[in-house]
Amino acid sequence: MLLIKNGRVLDPLSRTDAVLDVLLEGERIAKVGANLSAPDAEILDAKGLIVAPGFIDLHCHLREPGQEMSETIETGTRAAARGGFTAVCCMPNTQPVNDRASVTRGIVERAAAAGSVRVWPIGAASEGSQGEALAEIAAMKDAGIVAVSDDGKPIATARLMRQVMDYCLSLDLPVIDHCEDPSLFAGGVMREGPTSMRLGLKGIPAQSEIICAGRDVKLAALTGARLHIAHMSTVGSLEYVRFAKKSGMRVTCEVTPHHFTLTDEDVRYDTNYKMNPPLASQADRQALVQGLADGSVDAIATDHAPHHPGSKDVEFDRAPFGITGFETALALGLSGLVHSDTISLMRLVELFTTGPARVLGMERKLAAGEPGDVTIFSNDYPWTFRASDSPSKSRNTPFDGRAFRGAPMATIVAGRIVYRRGATASAKG
Amino acid sequence: MLQRLEHLLGIENLTREQITFILDQSKPFQEFQRHPLKKLATLRGKTVALAFFEPSTRTRISFATAAARLGADTMNLQAESSSLKKGESLLDTVRTLEAMRPDGIVIRHSSSGAPHFVAARLEVPVLNAGDGTHEHPTQALLDALTVRDRKGKLEGLNVSILGDILHSRVARSDIQLFGKFGTRITLCGPAMWVPRELETLAPNIHREARIERALEDADVIIVLRVQTERMHEPALAAEEFILRHQLTPERLKLARPEAVVLHPGPMIRGLEIDPRVADGAQSCVLEQVTNGLAVRMALLYHLVGGAPVDAPHPAKGRSNAAD
Amino acid sequence: MRVVEKRQLLSAEEIGRTLQRLAHEIVEKSGGTKDLALIGVRRRGVPLSQRLASIIRTSSSANVPVGTLDITLYRDDLSTVAQQPVVQSNEIEFPVDDRDIVLVDDVLYTGRTVRAAMNGLFDLGRPRRIRLCVLIDRGHRELPVEAAFIGSTIQTSDTEIVEVRLQEIDGEERVVLVDRVA
Repeated sequence: MLLIKNGRVLDPLSRTDAVLDVLLEGERIAKVGANLSAPDAEILDAKGLIVAPGFIDLHCHLREPGQEMSETIETGTRAAARGGFTAVCCMPNTQPVNDRASVTRGIVERAAAAGSVRVWPIGAASEGSQGEALAEIAAMKDAGIVAVSDDGKPIATARLMRQVMDYCLSLDLPVIDHCEDPSLFAGGVMREGPTSMRLGLKGIPAQSEIICAGRDVKLAALTGARLHIAHMSTVGSLEYVRFAKKSGMRVTCEVTPHHFTLTDEDVRYDTNYKMNPPLASQADRQALVQGLADGSVDAIATDHAPHHPGSKDVEFDRAPFGITGFETALALGLSGLVHSDTISLMRLVELFTTGPARVLGMERKLAAGEPGDVTIFSNDYPWTFRASDSPSKSRNTPFDGRAFRGAPMATIVAGRIVYRRGATASAKG
Repeated sequence: MLQRLEHLLGIENLTREQITFILDQSKPFQEFQRHPLKKLATLRGKTVALAFFEPSTRTRISFATAAARLGADTMNLQAESSSLKKGESLLDTVRTLEAMRPDGIVIRHSSSGAPHFVAARLEVPVLNAGDGTHEHPTQALLDALTVRDRKGKLEGLNVSILGDILHSRVARSDIQLFGKFGTRITLCGPAMWVPRELETLAPNIHREARIERALEDADVIIVLRVQTERMHEPALAAEEFILRHQLTPERLKLARPEAVVLHPGPMIRGLEIDPRVADGAQSCVLEQVTNGLAVRMALLYHLVGGAPVDAPHPAKGRSNAAD
Repeated sequence: MRVVEKRQLLSAEEIGRTLQRLAHEIVEKSGGTKDLALIGVRRRGVPLSQRLASIIRTSSSANVPVGTLDITLYRDDLSTVAQQPVVQSNEIEFPVDDRDIVLVDDVLYTGRTVRAAMNGLFDLGRPRRIRLCVLIDRGHRELPVEAAFIGSTIQTSDTEIVEVRLQEIDGEERVVLVDRVA
């Protein structure tokens, strides 16, 4: 039994914002109320901290099976716990690709044995994510996938996307697309613009993402499917999503912390600024922030993409795309969105909890009977992020050494504390 | 006194004063090329590593000659030879270089930012001999020296750059350099190779679709070669290019009478430039080669010569020749 | 570290008289002015060489050519200085081959400047003869160099500096002995 006392409970679904206690028993929440007592319970004093439903990361790469040099389910989920996440959705671009039930089961079993947080795999849409034949999506659903994607790449053709949408609709699975037009992307390494011109790096026009997002939204209109746009980075894509939502379509989208924090102007010859989709323009960033505020954007997702140190220590155009993100996501959200008075704390919590849950067709709340997943964080704890302290195997982040105010303080999954900052989870940390 | 140059990675971060200093310092080395005995002991005992990851004969020989004339030794690392296996990571090459302890590194590489990569990891002066489509600073400096010698100044000139500008690091360096001297820069080439963002690189710069308009009132015409090896896009037919973009004697007449024509080389005579223009009185291509040697000697002298920055100054007062 | 003026070695008038004497010596000991050329070593050797040529022109109506030599690239201490000194061009309009050259400098000290100057001259051609003319010889040679024409010989210590100030460069005309004081 675990009793979380004196915390400020923020529960979006019930619109609760009050100092309350949360009692967990076994793997579930037993009770939420004022001044609870439970003599046998372990006490966790959350005075001065915020107590929220457990965070969900819709988009990450755990690299297992096949790329364990960069990350494993064990190390990745430990980093996720440190970031306050209680559940993570891992993308299928492993080796082998997670395009069949056996691979899905392998991931689920490994997570049960060695994972610190819940791992909900996303299955490939096509075999090997090659964009030709449909993967065995139904079998994978039985094995535990929560969505379908060919992430790393777009779902290759309009024809295939339509088939995937039709099929997934019948299985009640969302289709997640990494929107990109390969012919426009063609060897690019950063966003096309004045900065790419100055640095002499091959640019990718925003239209690469926008054209594909438009295709997907129109196909969603045709099929009625649940479409989720992964790591959306442009105002052009956001406009399609807004149009879709207004038309009543079940179209959702996520934005990464680096896309609402950085722009292409931040890029220099440092591969920690190279990711896909690339850092976008100021106008895009501002539009994404606006979308996060007004509800057009449903979730913040990290797209945690670890690459072992050697692989990123190369020339910019040869480096793989991607940066890590579990441990800085909340802090970037607090500093970039809440402390700047752009969104409320409650809204930020939505973006990490109810938003992602809704995309997956579930609910996230702090109420009796719910899974015992809780994220406790501070809105002002001062700390400096050091990549070398991370349990992740990889160090590819542009935020190493950055000072923040606000941090995850404790993470509870199925009633167990899987992360606690310092010795005690209190404001003194 | 000018801040000591540590590396030459690009023109972008040089001030107008630093550029002028380099051009002024190139003058004695221009004169030096006329000495009967072209050998100094100035950099004797120093070693310059020439790390050419991209094939290059002209620039490499120019740097090698510059180093040799200053009395330095050179280490030749070429992509084709066993010292730089194709595909060997840049980091491994950096480690190899570090172990050989050169006093200066000249690097040409197909990745933009490769010289910066090396400079960030080694305590050795790095000279960029061309990185990807980013910059080729010594080319721009020798172009500027050539123009300044012929026109007496750089300020206020009308500079037209012709050809495949998108893929040209020479063009970018030229734009950066001439842009710092109050020139008016006109870009002209096939439209897909002259994108709008190029206009952000200098204060007074614009694109011109027609070569005739681009040449009007030009004082300086820089003709670029067609970059067949750097194109990721569908190629343009040669006839199309010649029809709309070749610098012919007739088109050259549209420029100012004393206009000078530059080309970074190697030229494809009959493609971007008519042979009569290439060999004509207004062409500066041979001076460009000589000036390349002078500029590179001046740069090697200043960057590679000299003790480490934190070495104690040897001024024990033994020499009266302080100036 | 400051420098303090110890005493004046030559006044403006004395400089003028010395140059007169030196100019005459040069002409006498050269058996005339045929093939003779003066080359001033930057910096202060330059105005001195020009003045000598001018005196020779006035007194013997001979136009002895004058050139300027920059020895920066020939110095033997370049590898020990942190910042490379600015290089300047030579200005020698006449061929050096077979010439009877008189190198002109303000102060002869260790001899290294003269050695560098000779290296520079040999890169330009093959003079028939090179002799050295200096305003002040202050001793402390580190190389086997001697001057054929000396304005004044002075005993100095290691810490002292002989400063020749000329109108063309320094705006005043005197030679002083200064000392370094900690």
